[in-house]
Formats: sequence, C-alpha cells, structure tokens
Amino acid sequence: MRTKRLAIALATMLAAGCGGAAETPAAAPATSAPAGPVSLTYWTWAPNMDKIAEVWNQANPDIKVTVSKQAGGDDAAAKFLTAAKAGNAPDLVQAEYQHLPSFIAADAVADIAAEAAAVKPEFSAGLWGLVTLGTESVYAIPQDSGPMMLYYRKDLFEKYGIGVPKTWDEYAEAARTVHKADPKVYLGSFSSKDPGWFAGLAQQAGAQWWSISGDAWKVGINDAATTKVADFWGGLVQEGVIDDMPYFTPEWNKALNDGTQLSWPSAVWGPGVLESNAPKGKGKWGIAPLPQWNAGENFSGFWGGSSTAVSAGSKNRAAAVKFATWLNTDPQGIDLLVKEAFVYPASGKGQAALGAPPAYFAESQPDFWQQAATIGTSARGFTFGPNVGVTYNAYKDAFDKALQDKSPFSASVGTMQDTTVADMQKSGFTLAQ
Amino acid sequence: MNRRPVGALPTGLLVLGAIYCLLPVSWVLISASKSPGELFTLGTLTPGSGLLENVRELNAYRDGVFWRWMLNSVVYAGGGALLSTLVSAVSGFALAKYRFPGRNLIFNVLIGGILVPSVVLAVPQYLLFSKIGMADTYWAVLLPQILHPYSIYLARVYASAAVPDSLLEAGRIDGASERRLLGRVALPLMVPGMVTIFLFQFVAIWNNFLLPFLMLGDDGKFPLTVGLYSLLAAGANQPSLYNLIITGALLSIIPLIALFLTMQRYWRTDLSGGALKG
Repeated sequence: MRTKRLAIALATMLAAGCGGAAETPAAAPATSAPAGPVSLTYWTWAPNMDKIAEVWNQANPDIKVTVSKQAGGDDAAAKFLTAAKAGNAPDLVQAEYQHLPSFIAADAVADIAAEAAAVKPEFSAGLWGLVTLGTESVYAIPQDSGPMMLYYRKDLFEKYGIGVPKTWDEYAEAARTVHKADPKVYLGSFSSKDPGWFAGLAQQAGAQWWSISGDAWKVGINDAATTKVADFWGGLVQEGVIDDMPYFTPEWNKALNDGTQLSWPSAVWGPGVLESNAPKGKGKWGIAPLPQWNAGENFSGFWGGSSTAVSAGSKNRAAAVKFATWLNTDPQGIDLLVKEAFVYPASGKGQAALGAPPAYFAESQPDFWQQAATIGTSARGFTFGPNVGVTYNAYKDAFDKALQDKSPFSASVGTMQDTTVADMQKSGFTLAQ
Repeated sequence: MNRRPVGALPTGLLVLGAIYCLLPVSWVLISASKSPGELFTLGTLTPGSGLLENVRELNAYRDGVFWRWMLNSVVYAGGGALLSTLVSAVSGFALAKYRFPGRNLIFNVLIGGILVPSVVLAVPQYLLFSKIGMADTYWAVLLPQILHPYSIYLARVYASAAVPDSLLEAGRIDGASERRLLGRVALPLMVPGMVTIFLFQFVAIWNNFLLPFLMLGDDGKFPLTVGLYSLLAAGANQPSLYNLIITGALLSIIPLIALFLTMQRYWRTDLSGGALKG
C-alpha cells in the first residue's frame, strides 16, 4: 500500500517537471522471458564494463548485453532522464544512489521486486534501503558502495607529532598543531564543490535530509546534525587552520603530492583517486575510521556508490534483471567488477572476498580491505530525495558564497533547505511539516 | 617621428591578443607532455617527459576507441559542413538574386533564427528525432547542423556582392538555364564565401558538445568532444584520466590546424574580396 502512495507522490514530479505532452513509456508488461535471443543495452561509466559484458555474453548467448560507456556523474542522470522521457532509454543503467529517487519519480526505472527481491540478503540493510527507499519495491540492485573513512599520511602525522584523531575535537586540535608548525601545511580541506562528501559527513552525524511519512516528504537538511557538521568546518576554515580548496582540482592534487595536505575524509574508493592524482604518496597513506562526534561512538556515512537499474521502458525486463543480478551477486560477476571495473562491491560476500590491498597501500596498510569492511558496517542509512540535483547545486552555490563572504556555514545549510523545499513545492510534491 | 608611439599601441594590443590566444594552446601542449606522475608535480610551464607514453596509452585505451571518435568527428564536421555549405550557398543565392513572394518573410525568419542559440534547440531536436526514431543515429547529429541560418545569411550577403546581376543577365541572353547559371556562373564566383562558411561550420560542429551528447547513446558513435568528456566525468569514485584527456585534446586540435593552414589561401582571398566589394 505504502508503495503505491509513494509512487503517486513521486509521479507528480513528472507532470510538473517535463511539461508538454511527453510520452511516458508504457509500463513494460513482459515479465516472462521472451523466446529467442534478446539484446540489451547498458549505460554505464565503470571502466572495462564492456569486457565484463563480453564474459556474460560468452556464457549467455540468448541474452546479449551491449555496453555503451557514458560520462558519469550528474550529467549522466540528466541524460538518462531525458532519454527515458523520449522513450530511448537503455535497458540497463548505472544509477548513483542519490539520483535513483529522481529516476523513480520520473517513472524511468522499473520496480523489479518480483524478480530481484531474493537477492536482499546479499546486501547490508543500509545499502538495500538506498535502492528501495524503505518501501516494498526494489528499484535497482546495489553495485558498489562508498563507506567513508579517514585517509592520512602516516609519515607526516609522525613528523608533526599528531596521532590519528578519534573524535572531531581531536581532529580540530590536530589541524591547529599542524598549521602552527608549518603555515603552508594543512591537515585537510573543506570542499565547497563536493556535496556528496558533505552529505556523507552529515550522515555520519545522524542527519536525515529526506524522509517519507505517509504520502508526504519531509525535508530536514537544516537539522541539528547537519548544522553541527557545517559549523564545525566553518569554524576551522574561519580560524584558518583548514584549507578551503575543492577536491579533485589540480591545486588539491598538487597539495596531496607535495605533502601539504595531510589527510582526506573520503570513501573506500579513495585509492584509485590517490594513485592517479598523488602518485608520489604511494606507500605513505594509511586509513582509519572517521573521527567521531562523541568519544566511543562508531559511525560512518556513504559518499558515492551506484546501483544497476532496469529502465521502465525495457521490453526485456526479466533478462535485464538476470544480468544485473549476475553482475552484482554472482561470484564471477563480483570478481570481474572488482578486478576489471575497480569498484568496491556492494555485496557483502564480495567485500569479504577482497584479499590483497590496493597496490598504493600495499606497504602502509596491508589490511586495507579488512579495515574497510569493518568501517563499512558502521555506515548509517540514509534516504535521498527526488531532487538531489537541486540540493547539491544549492550546496555548491551557498558554500562558495559562504567562503567568499566569510559568513557562517550554518546559514548555507539553511539556504540548501529553503532551495530544496521550494523546488519540491514547485514540482508538486506533498510536504509534511 | 611621432608615428612610433601610435604604432606601439596597436602592436602591443596585438601581442597581448596573441598571448591570450596562444597561452591555452601552449598549456595543452606542455601538459600533454607530462606523465601522470608529473602532471600535478611539475611547474605549470615545465615540459614533462611522457608525451609518447601518453599517446601510446591513449591509443591503447579501449582498443583505440579514440580514433573511432576522431573518425566520427571528421564525418560529422566534414559531412555536416559540406552539406551545410551547399544548402547555404544555394539558398543564399536564391535569396539574393531572385524576387519571389515571401522572400522578405523568409529572410526575416532567418535573421530571427540567428538570434536563437542552437543550445536552446538541442533538447526539442532530441525529442523530435526520438519521435521519428532517428535518435542515436549518425543522421541525428548531421541533419540539425545542415540548416544554419547564419551561414545562409552570409551566403546571401556574399552572393549579392560577388555575383553581378549583369553577368547573370548576359548568361540568360546567351540561353543558359537557371540551373546552369547557378552551377557555372554563380557558385564559382562564390567559392571564397563558401570556404568561409565551410570553415565556420566545420569548427562549430567539431566543437559541438550538447547536441551529440543528448542525441547519442551508443559510445561507438560519439564525436571527440563527448568521448573525451566520458573520460573526464567518470563518476565520483573513478579517477579522471587527466593525462589521456589532455593528450586527446591536443590531438583533436591538429585536424583543425591542418584545415586552417590548407584553406588559409581562400580565407584570405575572401576577406580582401569582401573588403573591396562590400
């Protein structure tokens, strides 16, 4: 029942969002596998997915999967939504967790509960919630996940005489110590360009930006937890002991390389980034759980991660689910995902099977995957809303402005809340107070 | 004596302009020579040692898909610019030299069309092409670029200046059909203008991003712009392949430079011709 109501609440977005007489692809009735070989298209940006599909195609000549490698990120979500609206959506699509609700709201992805409910035990409750939004429906199969942890330079922590911070208070103290010792060096940086990062830290603090109560959405971006996180970073930035350059930029890469950035609260997929952007740090980085808000706690959040969804317009839903299930839960599929696509698999079995650490960490953190698995279980659940794109853009605008004007960060959180609520009202969602 | 300071100012401005234009290109050139390890560690303008390695890696990336994108770009830009030039020349000539009912209306609509940026049209075009089942085909990128209002406008201006009425009149008196007049008299006179249009369109299509990004789902049909973008935006959890992207960008401007060098002759003729006859 709840599912139905959610679907209705979500579907209102389509009417408001697209305007004009865009055709909603008729729900595909085909749940039984059609006779004869079927051919599926799959939009993804994971590297080497074409090679993985090739392995599947060899073994399954009756279901041929053609991979089309797309650009990832927010643009990929917009492109998929446009294609779905025009009836050109691929059968399978890689969907980041934060964009899945907008796909559901636009009726672009199919409810595959009938075919996929059986794989539920493969995944942790937190991840499963991201693809069901807490309903009985299943909108995608989790592919990879991004529990957050603290990456830090072991050698430089020693040099500056700081221990691995267990709480955020200790983190702030360490930031002051380091910056005092060498004004060119920072413990870390606050990025106004990475809303996913901030969302992960807010999750750790216990934030719930969106929730569904009855048939209405509740938006709580400016809750106490998020405000606490924002003010913590705002204070450090104002004090000048934490840098404020965005991640993944050339200057940030440079700082990682020359050792003027000592740590990075990031997700489990960090090694790939460090290896390509900071090759000089090989063998010098270690990982630890994120600093906690209260001593003795043990929480983390998610940054990034994606799932495999079946588009609502697909005429071969059963075959598509079969492939998605194989890819994300079959030992062979997971093994390929890890080795070829370099993802941290969402499946619990897959995570446990990871052995040798990433080459970048071979010397400094040989138990990388074991650490990661322990940290992963502490990640808190979260529900993303139907207009995450709007919220994330508001984050970038509001925090850029806060950095420029040196205004309090909590005000930026307020802007995010207001922008998100206004957009949802405009799109016709029912909001609970 | 007093000519010197007058000359220094324009020269200075031109030098500034040249630096402004050449600096980004030299940045691309220098950055493309850096290996992944050097990219963020060497100074901005210090050349690295990895150019050949980068090219080799790009060549190997997904079994040489880069060259396929390059070929696609050549098809889109070359084919699109050629068709667009022909259509523009013929319609520009007709608008300049024939009087027929509705001529001004058509021309005014064209002028209006110039004011509508093609970016705005990309999404409606995508929806239209989806409706007729032609999205995700080569035609989906080629067709929308063929009709280009600004090129038709240019062709009209050029035709009215470069093709004398008296010449057409003489041809008619000698018994030439209108088709023959167009093919043998008008178009040869318009070649410099057509080259201009061709170059404009070639560059515009070569650099176009949004239209192919929306229209194409199959990565085998991507042009360079969209293909390289898929290397850059690889999702939050995959590192961007910076060195491949920069090397790809460098290689992708080589055809443009080659085209400009070979067509420069006509380009110059056109500018001076326009200056004299305009």
